[in-house]
Amino acid sequence: MTVDRRSLPGFAALFSLPLAWVILLLIVPYGIMISVSFWTRQFPLFYPDFQFGNFAQLFSDPQYTTVILRTLKIAALVTAGSLLLGYPLAYFLAFTVRPGSLRNLLYMSVIVPLWVSYLLRAYTWKIILGTDGALNSLLVSLGIIHAPLDIFLYNQTAMVITLVYIFVPFMVMPLYTVLDNIPKRLIEASEDLGVGPFMTFIQVILPLSLGGVIAGSTMTFCLAFGDFVAPVLVGGPDGTMVANLLQTQFGAALNWPLGSALATLVLILVLVLLQISSRLDRAGRINMT
Amino acid sequence: MISKPIVSLEGVTKTYGNFTALHATDLSVGEGEFVTLLGPSGCGKTTTLRLVGGFERASAGRVVISGEDVTSRPPYLRPVNTVFQDYALFPHMSVSQNIAYGLSVKSNNVPRAEQAARVAEALELVGLEGMADRRPEELSGGQRQRVAMARAVVRRPRVLLLDEPLSALDVKLREGMQVELKRLHRELGITFIMVTHDQTEALALSDRIVVMNKGRIAQIGSPTELYDNPSTPYVADFIGAANLLDAAPAGPDGGFTMYRLGDTLIRSAQKPSLALASGAMLGIRPERLLVSGSEVANRLSFTIKEVLFHGDRLKLELMMRGVDKPIFAELARTVLASSQTETGSHLDLYVEPSDILVFTGGHAG
Repeated sequence: MTVDRRSLPGFAALFSLPLAWVILLLIVPYGIMISVSFWTRQFPLFYPDFQFGNFAQLFSDPQYTTVILRTLKIAALVTAGSLLLGYPLAYFLAFTVRPGSLRNLLYMSVIVPLWVSYLLRAYTWKIILGTDGALNSLLVSLGIIHAPLDIFLYNQTAMVITLVYIFVPFMVMPLYTVLDNIPKRLIEASEDLGVGPFMTFIQVILPLSLGGVIAGSTMTFCLAFGDFVAPVLVGGPDGTMVANLLQTQFGAALNWPLGSALATLVLILVLVLLQISSRLDRAGRINMT
Repeated sequence: MISKPIVSLEGVTKTYGNFTALHATDLSVGEGEFVTLLGPSGCGKTTTLRLVGGFERASAGRVVISGEDVTSRPPYLRPVNTVFQDYALFPHMSVSQNIAYGLSVKSNNVPRAEQAARVAEALELVGLEGMADRRPEELSGGQRQRVAMARAVVRRPRVLLLDEPLSALDVKLREGMQVELKRLHRELGITFIMVTHDQTEALALSDRIVVMNKGRIAQIGSPTELYDNPSTPYVADFIGAANLLDAAPAGPDGGFTMYRLGDTLIRSAQKPSLALASGAMLGIRPERLLVSGSEVANRLSFTIKEVLFHGDRLKLELMMRGVDKPIFAELARTVLASSQTETGSHLDLYVEPSDILVFTGGHAG
C-alpha cells in the first residue's frame, strides 16, 4: 500500500495514537514480561539474567502442571457447556422466534447481563449454591432432602456452572450472527429435496454454522482459561486456576521471574489455540451467497 | 381440455394478517403441461407456487397433487421439486454433492450404486459434465442455474416448480436458457409450473399462461388465445402491448359494431348483439397499425409526435384528433419513406376490424 505524499502528515496524525497505544500498552509490557521470565530471584530481590530455571521449575514441579492441566480441563468444560446451552438458544432466536422485535428483545436479554458487574454475577452463584442458598432451600421445601447439603459449593462443578453462566453470551453472539445469516432458502431447498428437519439441521445448518461454533468456542475458552474470580468465590480448595497462581507469584510469593515465566507459558498456549482456531475457521469458511 | 390434472388448487386462499395474498383460487394443471404464472410483483404468482411446493400453508382450500390431498403436508413429503430464484445451492457442497443431496435420503430408496449414475445422467442432461467437483462459488450464474435444474430433476418429480428461474441471468444467457428449458420439458415429459414477470418468457415457453393480478387469476389460456383475445384491458396490456382508448358505442353497421373514438368512427368485428349502450374500451396493438389494409379496414389519421429508432423497426408516438392520449405504433422501417417519418408530419395508418379489441364493462381490469 502506498500513501499519498500530501496526506502523509494527516496519515501520521491519524495512526500515531493507535500505534503508540499498541507499542506502549502491548508490545513493551510483553517484552518486559518475557525478559523478566529469564531473571533470577534471590529473595527478596530479582536480578536480570538469562537462564531457563523458571521454566524448568514450571514443568518439574507437579504443583504447576496440575494447575495448568486443571485450568485446561475447566476451560474445556465451560466451552462445552456454553456450546450445549448457547447453540439451541441461538438456533431458537434465529429460526423460530418471530417477529423481529421479539427476537431483538430476547437477544438483548442475553446480552444485558454483560452490563451487570462480573463480580456480582459470580457472587450470585455463591448465594444460589451455598449451604443456606436458594438451591438447598428449594430441595428442602420440596422434601427431596431433609437438611441443607454443602456439596454444591466450593468444587469444580460449581466453578464450571458459574463460568458457563458468565460466558454464555460470548458463545451466543457469534452463533446467532452466523445462524441468522444462513439463507432461509437453503433450508427450503433441503426440505424440497425430501430431507426432513432433523437431517436438514445435520447436513445444512450445522456445517454452515461451524464458523460461529469456532469463534464462540475460542472466545469462551480463552475467557474461562484466564478467569481468577470464580475459583476464589466458588472454587474451594482444589479450584485454583492458572490466573490465581499468577496472582500469587506477583503478590504473596513475591516471585516475579517465575510469575513471568508462567504468564509467558499461558500466552504461548493461548496463541497456539488462536492459531488452531483461525486455521479451522479458514478451512471451513464458506461463501454464503 | 385438461386430460388428467396432476396439480389442482381448489379454492385456495392465502392471507397474512389482514392482507390477502391469494383470493380463493381454482387452478388445474394437466400431466406434462408447461404452465406459467405471469404477473407483476405482488400479484400472488409466487405465493401460488410456494403453496404447491409446500413452503406456505393454505389459509383455506385444498391443494391436490396426483390425486392426493397434500394441503397440510410439508415440502419434504410432496412429489414436487423446485428450482429456486437464487438457485439456493448448498455452498458447502460440490456440484455432484448438491445434485446427489436429494437422492441420499432414505425415503427416496435409491441404491448407492445407482445414485452416482443418476447424478452423472443429470449432469449430462444440463451439459455440466466435468464440473462435478466444482464448488457453487466457482461457477457462473448460468452454470449455477443448470446445477439447480439438475438437482431438482434428479429425483424425477411428477411436477417441477420454477421460481423466476432465468431472472438472475443476463439477457443473452436468458434466451439460451429458454431454449434449454423447452428442451428439458420435452425430454423429461414432466409437468412444469413456472413463475415469471417476463411476458416474452411466458409466451415463448408455455402451453398455457395464467395471468394474475392482485391475488386473483385474470385469465388463463394458451399464448395465442391470450394475445388474440384478452378478456380484460389488463391482460391486453400485460401480454404484448396495447393502446387502450375510451370509446363510445355508435350502433351496428352490417356485421360490424361501430365505436366513436375522438372524431373517428371505428369498425370492430364484435357481434352487434354483444354491444352495450354504455362506454367501452378499445385496445389496438401497436404492431397491428399498418400502412395498408383491406377494404373494410379502419383508416386512421395521425400527426407524428415522436419517432424512436429500434433497429429494424420504428416506434411512433402518434396523436389522433379528438383523442387526448398518444397512440403508439410499431412499423418495419422499410415500409415508410424517411420523409413520412418527420415529427409533425401527417400519417395515415390502417387497422383491421378484427384487430380492434373491445372491452365492455368493468374494464378497469
